[in-house]
Amino acid sequence: MSDTFAKPPPAHGSQTAHEEIASSAEFAALKRTFSTFIFPMTALFLVWYFLYVLLAAFAPGFMSTKVFGNINIGLLFGLGQFVSTFAITMTYRSWANKKYDAAAEQLRARLEGGAA
Amino acid sequence: MNGHLLAAPAVDIGSPALNITIFGLFVVVTLTVVIRASRNNSTAADFYAGGRSFTGPQNGTAIAGDYLSAASFLGITGAIALNGYDGFLYSIGFLVAWLVALLLVAELLRNTGKFTMADVLSFRLRQRPIRMAAALCTLAVCFFYLLAQMAGAGGLVALLLGITGTGAQYAVVAVVGGLMIVYVLVGGMKGTTWVQIIKAVLLIAGAGVMTVWVLAKYGFNLSDLLGASVATAAAAGDTAPETLLEPMRQYGLSTLTKVDFISLSLALVLGTAGLPHVLMRFYTVPSAKEARRSVVWAIWLIGIFYLFSLVLGYGAGAIVGPEAIRAAPGGANAAAPLLAYELGGAILLGVISAVAFATILAVVAGLTITAAASFAHDIYASVIKNGEVSPDAEVKIARRTVLVIGALAIVGGMFALGQNIAFLVALAFAVAASANLPTIIYSLFWKRFNTRGALWSMYGGLISCITLIVFSPVVSGKPANPETGLSASMIKDASVDFSWFPLDNPGLVSIPLAFFLGWLGTITSKPEADHDAKSAEMQVRSMTGAGAEKAVSH
Repeated sequence: MSDTFAKPPPAHGSQTAHEEIASSAEFAALKRTFSTFIFPMTALFLVWYFLYVLLAAFAPGFMSTKVFGNINIGLLFGLGQFVSTFAITMTYRSWANKKYDAAAEQLRARLEGGAA
Repeated sequence: MNGHLLAAPAVDIGSPALNITIFGLFVVVTLTVVIRASRNNSTAADFYAGGRSFTGPQNGTAIAGDYLSAASFLGITGAIALNGYDGFLYSIGFLVAWLVALLLVAELLRNTGKFTMADVLSFRLRQRPIRMAAALCTLAVCFFYLLAQMAGAGGLVALLLGITGTGAQYAVVAVVGGLMIVYVLVGGMKGTTWVQIIKAVLLIAGAGVMTVWVLAKYGFNLSDLLGASVATAAAAGDTAPETLLEPMRQYGLSTLTKVDFISLSLALVLGTAGLPHVLMRFYTVPSAKEARRSVVWAIWLIGIFYLFSLVLGYGAGAIVGPEAIRAAPGGANAAAPLLAYELGGAILLGVISAVAFATILAVVAGLTITAAASFAHDIYASVIKNGEVSPDAEVKIARRTVLVIGALAIVGGMFALGQNIAFLVALAFAVAASANLPTIIYSLFWKRFNTRGALWSMYGGLISCITLIVFSPVVSGKPANPETGLSASMIKDASVDFSWFPLDNPGLVSIPLAFFLGWLGTITSKPEADHDAKSAEMQVRSMTGAGAEKAVSH
């Protein structure tokens, strides 16, 4: 999204406090943490969902294959979408609580503490 | 979907008096709660955002209440009962869509904005044109969604109260509209949220009880339940009953209908995170962390509810049977109430009916407060008065707007009676996905994005979406039904045909177009003068929560 290597924050210049934070190494690290989790995860669930929709639309024969009793691949695939949605939700929650919040909180304190 | 509404005779099930009593009870209880909740309702943050004082679980339940509209509850159960697997397939899009809101939108939006979607979009772009465009898109989505709910209210009453006359249905639409105005004016966002919480709990609990009941009838064996629905359909003369368990029974008529379904899926997945009444809910919590908890709660509740719907849909197919559902006033929408009657008699029917009514009421209230906030906060305060208006005066305008929107919803709802509810909901999602989501994503994640890009994307998405609908088979040109001679399009006269766009759902074209226009508009114009400072501020603020709006303390 932007340069990975942050410029060192200038002592005092024309930059605003936000610009200073935005160009800090800590913020660059926060952005990297965000991007490396959020964007691949988003791509993953979109691909997984549209794979399901496209298979249902263009390979209904495959989806109708019975696995046991009246339960076919399509039904299991559909229930799999529920499982994956719940799993991604909980993975995100624990990632955000454990990894993201602390780093974001530090930068916020720096900014709000400095402004007050 | 509603083709049977006026033609079929009222069936003799349940007791209208009992249904009205249970619904009346719901109204009394919720009104009491609303009045108690509204004591601290003076400031703009109170009226628009409930003082930002709800907890994550409370707000998550309210989000589920907002999202699980009558179209979800009645529509999806009915779709599974009659079309089997395709109804299930349809419901999954509504759930997966929440991951877009969770991962990309909810927390960043909460950190950046104040009351409306436009707060975020105009953060680093030119205020007035952006707010105007964002408010118009918000109003368009709310309007289509409102029409869907009001049309649903009219259809529901035909079934539940045995009323099929047009006049009586108009009266019901007016009562729903009137009640909704009272809730919103008295309770503001706080009261509206409590109505949604109560309704969500009743709806999910009611559906849960019915689900266990249905499963118990089949020894808690899903395979047996599916088999029973196929057997019932076969006994009713269905020539290919086993297709109930297979994809493309409904959507698979031709390659065109399949592409249409993919277009619908795209709009569902990308539309949810652009629905203004859902976005506004993220402002009712004190922090981004609580916004995250809200969405986690909402995803679990909504997911579990759609799993219930799967059982209820096949249960209605197996126990009530497709013939009885088709013959009932309201058609497919009657599947869930009829199943309740088969299981628990008049009392369960009354409870489920009251819950369905409450659903409509709560969703309509949420939409109304969103539309009123958008008009008062974005159009009146920022565009007309150029930001020079006191918050009190703004709230006063918002309250008046509630009255106007209520009146519009009542009149529009009367015209929309008998329209296809699923189509109106799909339209609202398509507009949200085309006009709102691209700009939200760009302004949160693309530093270079600027005002022209936003305007092109929003207006381009909105206009292309509505234009394509007008010239689609939804409005004119579907072949005439050989029995009635009427077209299945909105214009019933089969000789009128001005359609040239082949799909019912415009998303496949209008969503990529809106993304493209946002990019094109941006690269062909210069950034704003204060671009660097503003975009740094927005990025830092959205990602760290520095300077985010705090909860109101009373």
